[in-house]
Amino acid sequence: MWRLCRNYFYMKIDSLDPRIARANLDSNSQEGELQAMGHFQTYEVFEQKKRGTHHMHVGSVHAPNAELAMLFAKEQYTRRGQCVNIWVVQTSDILVTQYEDADMFENTPSKLHRDPNSYKVMDRIQAYKERQKNKA
Amino acid sequence: MEFTDKHVMGLKDLLYRMADDLLILGHRNSEWTGLGPILEEDIAFSSMAQDKIGQSLALYEILHELGESEPDTVAFTRNAAQFHSCHLVELPIGEYDFSLVRHFFFDHQSALRMDMLVETVVEPLQMVARKFRGEIKYHTMHADLWLKQLANGTEEAKIRMQHSINETFPYALGMFENSLYETELIESGIFPGEAHLKETWLQVVTDKLNAYGYSLPDIDQVIPVNGGRIGLHTEYLQPLLDEMTEVFSIDPSADW
Repeated sequence: MWRLCRNYFYMKIDSLDPRIARANLDSNSQEGELQAMGHFQTYEVFEQKKRGTHHMHVGSVHAPNAELAMLFAKEQYTRRGQCVNIWVVQTSDILVTQYEDADMFENTPSKLHRDPNSYKVMDRIQAYKERQKNKA
Repeated sequence: MEFTDKHVMGLKDLLYRMADDLLILGHRNSEWTGLGPILEEDIAFSSMAQDKIGQSLALYEILHELGESEPDTVAFTRNAAQFHSCHLVELPIGEYDFSLVRHFFFDHQSALRMDMLVETVVEPLQMVARKFRGEIKYHTMHADLWLKQLANGTEEAKIRMQHSINETFPYALGMFENSLYETELIESGIFPGEAHLKETWLQVVTDKLNAYGYSLPDIDQVIPVNGGRIGLHTEYLQPLLDEMTEVFSIDPSADW
């Protein structure tokens, strides 16, 4: 039962390349149409603009392996603007939820008790700041 | 130490050979734009070609400070015999295996030369060397990864790469043709000299090629293709210059 639920919950994407995703061709097949067309697999690229900030997804690249994906990602996505670090992840290693299950998230905005704004701690924070100031 | 005329001429010669190599190879490599093996590689290779033109501009600017003409004039109005570029950079792009091997040989040379110039006594050149260090680091990473990748590819890939390495090596040695001012450059702390650069370069490319499973021809059996540094060029340079300067020649006073 649990297995069933889990399989329903997520899906794997082979690639964001429309020629692979839309045509629904088997990217693992050693022969056949896809092999004949010779497309590489895709890698998703994440860039970090400043040390300490989050990596953000910026797009994908075709590449025969992760090292070359990294090499291509540098020129595709960081030619302009600041960047200090890149991650590449093979697209097929990413699990995604399905949009038909998006109702899972529907009530989230109304759960205000999970929002730190509703914690009444400002008076304690102020008092702490005051103490630190006096110490100094 | 006080620079004599010979020191200044040596420095200008060094700057011209570097800038001309970068301008010509930048132009050659840009001929792959739109024709690269895959889109991502096309963009990366074109972008590096553009970097080379940018690096040449920075060096022509130093030459301008030393009394030479404006960078545009220097780049677009000289004929082949006035260029100090080596034969390696002027050869046509050929097939991708040759272009990658040339990129590997040239960019390691460029990286090591810039590393040495980080220590030069010529301050503006020191700054240029520092500025482009990171950019050139990517260029050599790019070359290394492709050579490694194709060594582990199909049998055809490996054979073609090894063939290009053998054919290109004599031209690559032409990068290190001595200038007339080696002694002045070395004694003044401007540049440690072409011979020293060649030794360092040979060690780096030999180690890398061996690690990937290629071999380098025996240097004692190879005659370096020299002449470029003194204005003797292959038949390929003048047509390249004619094409590169075509638009400029229509109206040299046009504003861009």
